[in-house]
Amino acid sequence: MALLLKNGRVIDPSVSLDAVCDIVIRDGRIVEIGEDLSIAKGITVECAEKIVVPGLVDVHTHLREPGYEYKEDVESGTRAAAHGGFTAVCAMPNTNPVCDEGAAVRFLVERAAERGKVRVYPIGALTVGLKGEALAEMGDMIAEGAVAFSDDGKGVQDSGTMRRVMDYARAFGTTVVAHCEDEALVGKGVVNEGAVSTRLGMAGSPAAAEEIAVARDIALAELTGCRLHLAHLSTAGGLELVRAAKDRGVSVTCEVTPHHLFLTEDALSPEYDTNFKMNPPLRTEADRLALVAGLVDGTVDCIATDHAPHAPHEKALEFELAPFGTTGLETALPLVITNLLARGLIDWADLVRLMAHGPRAALGLPAISLQAGAIADITVIDPEARTEVTASFFQSKSVNSAFLGATLLGKASEVLVEGQFALRNGKVVD
Amino acid sequence: MLSSRHIIDMQDLTPDDITLILDTADSFKEVNQRRIKKLPTLRGRTIVNLFLEPSTRTRTSFEIAAKRLSADGINFSASTSATVKGESLADTAETLSAMACDLVIVRHKYAGSPRLLARHMDAHIINGGDGMHQHPTQALLDLYTMRERLGHLEGLTVGIVGDIAHSRVAGSLVPALRMVGATPVLVGPPTLMPARCDVLGAESVGTLDEVIGDLDVAYMLRIQMERAEGMPFPSLREYSRIWGMNEARLAAMKPSGIVMHPGPMNRGVEISSAVADSDRAVVLDQVNAGVAVRMAAMYLLLGGDESGVAA
Repeated sequence: MALLLKNGRVIDPSVSLDAVCDIVIRDGRIVEIGEDLSIAKGITVECAEKIVVPGLVDVHTHLREPGYEYKEDVESGTRAAAHGGFTAVCAMPNTNPVCDEGAAVRFLVERAAERGKVRVYPIGALTVGLKGEALAEMGDMIAEGAVAFSDDGKGVQDSGTMRRVMDYARAFGTTVVAHCEDEALVGKGVVNEGAVSTRLGMAGSPAAAEEIAVARDIALAELTGCRLHLAHLSTAGGLELVRAAKDRGVSVTCEVTPHHLFLTEDALSPEYDTNFKMNPPLRTEADRLALVAGLVDGTVDCIATDHAPHAPHEKALEFELAPFGTTGLETALPLVITNLLARGLIDWADLVRLMAHGPRAALGLPAISLQAGAIADITVIDPEARTEVTASFFQSKSVNSAFLGATLLGKASEVLVEGQFALRNGKVVD
Repeated sequence: MLSSRHIIDMQDLTPDDITLILDTADSFKEVNQRRIKKLPTLRGRTIVNLFLEPSTRTRTSFEIAAKRLSADGINFSASTSATVKGESLADTAETLSAMACDLVIVRHKYAGSPRLLARHMDAHIINGGDGMHQHPTQALLDLYTMRERLGHLEGLTVGIVGDIAHSRVAGSLVPALRMVGATPVLVGPPTLMPARCDVLGAESVGTLDEVIGDLDVAYMLRIQMERAEGMPFPSLREYSRIWGMNEARLAAMKPSGIVMHPGPMNRGVEISSAVADSDRAVVLDQVNAGVAVRMAAMYLLLGGDESGVAA
């Protein structure tokens, strides 16, 4: 079956492409890119006024299956991903049971093949049960399809264990994804330590809790030579450490989330809305501006959602009792278009770098590009469409979005995974 | 009338609201000295004491206040409530709302829970203490006591001494003092200070002796002695020596200065027995004012104005 994407503005900085042209896709691959192309039979998608880019990837998604299917599962999570314009997601291992052995990875790979709307790349646990103690079977998990390893949600507290984990990971050339948080400093902290923790009377988590962990893990990356990716950076200080490490040539990458880019701790007062409870917590305006600057100057490698679905009854609890996290897959692209692109802070090539190529490079996923012969993982974006973020907007099972009520600019209209529609005309393909 | 439907956070109130509550409490104070201490004012109104954390003093004070206004007061405490069966606070709120309660006094160990309650029910809410956040009626009764003893509030310097970081009493008292033109000074080990005292609107100093000579009021907070791990100071002995109120420090205060404490006191730790029993300690005046101030708060929230008090 042939497919023709007609008259879109096709943008891929990896092949220096930014032109209005057509793309012909056959058998899951791009066969030709050029002007005035046609196909004898097949499907033609009119893409005039739309932006055609390499498929977006989210390197930080909580699909919740197995164990927490009431929050999300592989099917609903990948529907949400397609709806948000992503052709692939990387699934974090904090499921129940934890994804810390080959069989668990195989389950996820098989489930995704059976029910997934987009590609699912499993991230395995670094340590057994995410306990921060014994090494998990990384080799076994890689053999079953794991692409990287993380104790996301907790972080490995003991420096000796982290060193051992990173040394061991080097055998496979794989990436360690660090959740940077010194628990002794976080204590019972549920919000950023500072003005808002004082004002709202809740225990705070200081920026130093992240910065110390970032500094440690960068030092361990230098010691071990392991590839390090830092998850959800939230502080100006943490980002500065990454900038300095990159200048020294350390093999380190980092991600930031839309909620840390576009919200601050001030959102919490006075209503204690639990949709703003996340870990790391929302920080200050100075931190937020530093993250945006890091995005623009290239210190930040990618935008990742940390999509963390929770059921309404869990988020309806007292703030200090409610679980951490906001959903993100379906709002990330419109947020970036609205708050960065439309304001001229980044251009489309930057967006492709931050949401398509950067994520793939950070986790060592297969690179793609918009040229003949490449795998046809493609996202088509309608930059003028309106996205009203309401509970009924979501394909995710959960609606715990920090951006509920927002009206955003832009949304994905088509998502192609290996030449097959996952999203068409803005609707997830069943 | 108050400008706010609820008393959850001191910042909900205006300086005029505070004056109205204190003036109204003055009238109720007089009622509390009568032989028959009861007014028909809130007859037929339902007031629920939703205490999800153990409390004797505060709950009793609210209970007496409700009874003296002839309201129907119901206690809904943690041991008898549905919350131990796993019902969420939101469902408890909707249940109480369905029973058409007029006013709910809530105490809970989690900050922000009165706001959660307010979102799920129509009743007026009084925050009886939420986690480490606020305890506004305590601040109001403290202001009442200061005004009663010292004649005015504007211009007073009030040292609040002890565990500020974990204190909902300080959380309300600091903004309350700012609103009436007094100057709060926070005193205690930095390990017990919130991250940003400036956000509360107060300066902080390290030791009590640095400020003792400037104080009109020394407000001593209770030290929680039960905590052992991660102890924020080396010993009770050292705490008492540096931050405790004793006779020497009482003598160093302004001659008119008073000593306050929200109770219950740890004699020999934050306050010596000699000071606690002196006539410059106004701890029982605070308790006494508590009933009148809570009567005023209930009365004003449920629609009364100052003129109706005499009824």
